[in-house]
Amino acid sequence: MKHPLLELRSITVTLPEREHPVLDHVDLAVEEGELLLVSGPTGSGKSTLLGVVAGVVPRFSGGTLGGDLLLDGTSIVRMPPRERAAAIGYVGQDPAAGFVTDTVEEELAYGMEQLGLPPATMRRRVEETLDLLGIADLRDRDLRTLSGGQQQRVAIGSVLTMHPRLLVLDEPTSALDPTAAEDVLATLTRLVHDLGVSVLLAEHRLERVIPFADRIALLTGDGSVRVGAPASVLAGSPVVPPLVELGRAVGWDPLPLTVRDARRMARSLGLDDDPPVGPGPAAAGVETVAARKVTVLRGARAALHEVGLTLAEGTVTALMGRNGAGKSTLLWTLQGTQKRNGGTVTVAGADPAKASPDQRRAYVGLLPQTAADLLYLETVEEECRAGGPRTREILDQLVPGIPGDRHPRDLSEGQRLAVALSLVLAADPPALLLDEPTRGLDYAAKHALATLLRRFAAQGRTVLVATHDVEFTAQVADGVVVLADGEVVSAGPTRRVVAESPSFAPQVTKVLGAPWLRVDEVVSALATREGSIR
Amino acid sequence: MTGRVARDLHPIAWWLWAIGLAAYASQTTNPWLLLLLVGVAALVVSARRSDQPWARSFRLYVAAGFVIVAIRVGFRILLGSGYGGTVLFDLPQIPLPDWVLGITLLGPVTRESLLAGLYDGLRLAAIVICVGAANALANPKRLLRTMPPALYEIGTAVVVAVTVLPQLAESVQRVHRAQRLRAGHGGKRGRLRRFLVPVLEDALERSLVLAAGMDTRGYGRAGDATPRERRVTGTLMVTGLIGVCIGAYALLDQTFLGGSWGPVSRGAVVMVAGVAVCVAGMAAAGRRVRRTVYRPDPWRWPETAVVVTGAVAGAVGSWVAQHDYAVATPALDASPQVSLLALAGVIVALLPAVIAPAPRLVASRRDLEVAA
Repeated sequence: MKHPLLELRSITVTLPEREHPVLDHVDLAVEEGELLLVSGPTGSGKSTLLGVVAGVVPRFSGGTLGGDLLLDGTSIVRMPPRERAAAIGYVGQDPAAGFVTDTVEEELAYGMEQLGLPPATMRRRVEETLDLLGIADLRDRDLRTLSGGQQQRVAIGSVLTMHPRLLVLDEPTSALDPTAAEDVLATLTRLVHDLGVSVLLAEHRLERVIPFADRIALLTGDGSVRVGAPASVLAGSPVVPPLVELGRAVGWDPLPLTVRDARRMARSLGLDDDPPVGPGPAAAGVETVAARKVTVLRGARAALHEVGLTLAEGTVTALMGRNGAGKSTLLWTLQGTQKRNGGTVTVAGADPAKASPDQRRAYVGLLPQTAADLLYLETVEEECRAGGPRTREILDQLVPGIPGDRHPRDLSEGQRLAVALSLVLAADPPALLLDEPTRGLDYAAKHALATLLRRFAAQGRTVLVATHDVEFTAQVADGVVVLADGEVVSAGPTRRVVAESPSFAPQVTKVLGAPWLRVDEVVSALATREGSIR
Repeated sequence: MTGRVARDLHPIAWWLWAIGLAAYASQTTNPWLLLLLVGVAALVVSARRSDQPWARSFRLYVAAGFVIVAIRVGFRILLGSGYGGTVLFDLPQIPLPDWVLGITLLGPVTRESLLAGLYDGLRLAAIVICVGAANALANPKRLLRTMPPALYEIGTAVVVAVTVLPQLAESVQRVHRAQRLRAGHGGKRGRLRRFLVPVLEDALERSLVLAAGMDTRGYGRAGDATPRERRVTGTLMVTGLIGVCIGAYALLDQTFLGGSWGPVSRGAVVMVAGVAVCVAGMAAAGRRVRRTVYRPDPWRWPETAVVVTGAVAGAVGSWVAQHDYAVATPALDASPQVSLLALAGVIVALLPAVIAPAPRLVASRRDLEVAA
């Protein structure tokens, strides 16, 4: 009998300070030349599963591992990661953190140098890999100057040069803008098709990867795993992309996995004639935040160039654009910490740049990209006490029931975000800016965050959220501002902006056409129609 | 010479050249020679440096040179009274208590004391700038790649440390900005804690990720050495190192091993033997390490020529220091003179600006985007 490429036999992992095993007697086989997607809610053990395969769990994470792991029928469970490197290529969540050298070419060669390959072979493989991934023009570049998508491709290339039989990738697209993510996924598909490499991929933003997956391994959260063809696994999955959610709500069978399938099925819905009533453009309220001709220079290059932006009271606006377009810079400029080289910013009638850092908090709250930077104490209770009298109260409103004696680092991604958010909100600012808050959140946590932001808006706050996540934008935003190369290229109500730029369109819009944004709109529209027919 | 391919010169060649220049600088206080040395270094750097980040570090070293000279001269003014010679201007002397006998603050400033400070400062500055030139011309990381295989592991550790430093600076900046977004402890200790805890947590997390990343890419593979081979290598290395230590001690303390064997001291013999055993150990360790180098820097005639110019400069420097004392260490009461040979020794070191091939330039490069 032929062995599968990789076989997990009754793998059980218990991490320190967790009562229940993260993986409980998991059996899984990866076949030659398939793309297997590992999915599940946050904290269900996706990264742990991948780490076991690569050998970094439990070596770098602590905890205990039981069961057996076979590569081509040979047990490798006791083999250290460095000895597995030739057969299994592993790329972690943050590729930039794993870079060892400083130029692209050297990084691609690093693994081969460790294997002791002859120089001629190394040279040939580096050139092949540069072409395969389309990064030949980057060969001499300093790794730190690359964009997120380029870094991700270099990281994949640096393990590909060792000619591994299995690629293990942990959320390769989570930090990327939609276009860069598509590039990386297209590259992966090409590897699977052309080279016959097997890929084991963890991802919680399913809408991006499902069309590429051969099978899905769904971690349910209680330590068990369900494996099967995408359509059958997704039918009962707690985490599903909007497309499947739509299919389930409307009762399509089989469930559509690609936008193309869904479009064909959607013809039968006959929805085109009655556009959703949903929230129109918010009544022109008071302008809380106004920026005019804001320019920020980085050396001779303009990080922001004459950016104009007005945000009305009680609205949520999404700030989109590719990596490095100036989103974070704009947020920090509106907050006042980033110095402007020109232009004006007013928040609630004052310029936050002129206020002292302590006073600034009362004008603008900003949740930075790495929210953990805000936290420095040992327990949630201490953090709340240090943050001001109302912090605990706010936290309980945001996410009730976080025990006060827990260490902030031990909380889930969403809970930690809530703690950081309540510290920022303690000063009761009229404007709230968030930088990529959805990174690492699953669908449920994202939904909770969206509800929260809508609630702030309803309380009269102004919210601006920088994000790559088009589905999140569709859920939460009244308006969208798109930045490119430091300039505003499009701005307006979500429905219009999304209809204008296909790369920012959520799946529902792609399937049903321009006015539709969210699944719940479709569901309620269908319900009203049913009602009126009766 | 037409149509030469642009390539990076071997890093070791640049370092040897710079060491030659620095050796010259260390043996003279003649300001004309020192300024000329700095000029030569600057010219070669501007002619042959690449456009990578490390190449831009040269002006930092030049700035450091200025600071060194300023400090030297400043100290001469502050503490320099008591030097005889022509008084340039007189500053009020600050009386010090009796127990600091022999030290006076300020007081009359003489031309001689200023010049002595200037010459001395210039010498140190020139040495620093020569090292800076080597740093700007040769990627320090590529230099580490040329280490013998046995030292490879240590080399990688150094590379990682070098990489982590700028990351740490970036992390410090980020946390500093983030902590201002919330209320928290004031006071000196409280602020320090707010700042240190996230930075250290971040650094620790990064190093773990990097360690895992290196491990999964085959760093530290055991190769196929038998336990016996490993024991032999280890014994050789340890014995050699002990020999080196004993030898060095004996060289410094002549009574330790007592006397000499013939014309050579016993210390020197022990030390040389120790080094030899170490080399044998390294060779043995290197044999069992199975690792190759991607696109190693070639060593061709320009490399040799560059090293020769550096060596000539260093040799001329030491000849001048021994045989032409007036030029190497000019008197403070007359304007310093130079000789043709001393000048020629410096000018030779300018040749690499032509001998060395033009560096490879990175065509398209975005500015380092470290958020300010």
